[in-house]
Amino acid sequence: MIRIPRPLLNEIISQAKESAPLEACGLIAGTTGLAKMVIPMSNLDQSPQHFMMDPKEQFAAAKTIRKNGYQLLAIYHSHPSSPARPSAEDVRLALTPDVAHVIISLVQPSTPEVRAFKIEDGVIEEEELEIVDEQ
Amino acid sequence: MEIIVNGKKIQLPGPISVGPLLALEQVRMPEMVSVELNGRILRREEFDRTILGTGDQVEFLYFMGGGA
Repeated sequence: MIRIPRPLLNEIISQAKESAPLEACGLIAGTTGLAKMVIPMSNLDQSPQHFMMDPKEQFAAAKTIRKNGYQLLAIYHSHPSSPARPSAEDVRLALTPDVAHVIISLVQPSTPEVRAFKIEDGVIEEEELEIVDEQ
Repeated sequence: MEIIVNGKKIQLPGPISVGPLLALEQVRMPEMVSVELNGRILRREEFDRTILGTGDQVEFLYFMGGGA
């Protein structure tokens, strides 16, 4: 299970909406399944149907995550005009072990759908995503 | 010989190049990783000819991409 505080989730959704019709992408880091920070990343592909992160940004993000004592919990990206489920390309490029893949669908822009998945060796398994409201 | 890989110190019996290091780190698809050595991203053709030395800092990570 991955738990995301609502303000962080809102950041991701805002980025997805601002990037539309292009895909947005980024990283979610935290500890023991609880998201503590979101790192928006550039989409080198600048495409409505693909994303590829910039390795330079990835290395910088990895160091930032480590410096904060966090772990990479999830890779997120948007599907501007398709449902929130992994595409064949998402599965093919799910290479990083032990992370969730969070997908934000903007098919209904006023009510974005956000779902999380584990993708290991080509096998997709939905992961529970809990939105944490501030106490 | 001690080097730092993704922020963790590891001990190696002797000099090793980046390619075999990735194998040692159980990277299954080395063609799908980026490698940074002491802050510089290596070109793929450098993997096997770049010999690591004591104290080198190596970062590697998989490409992150996908599609709708």
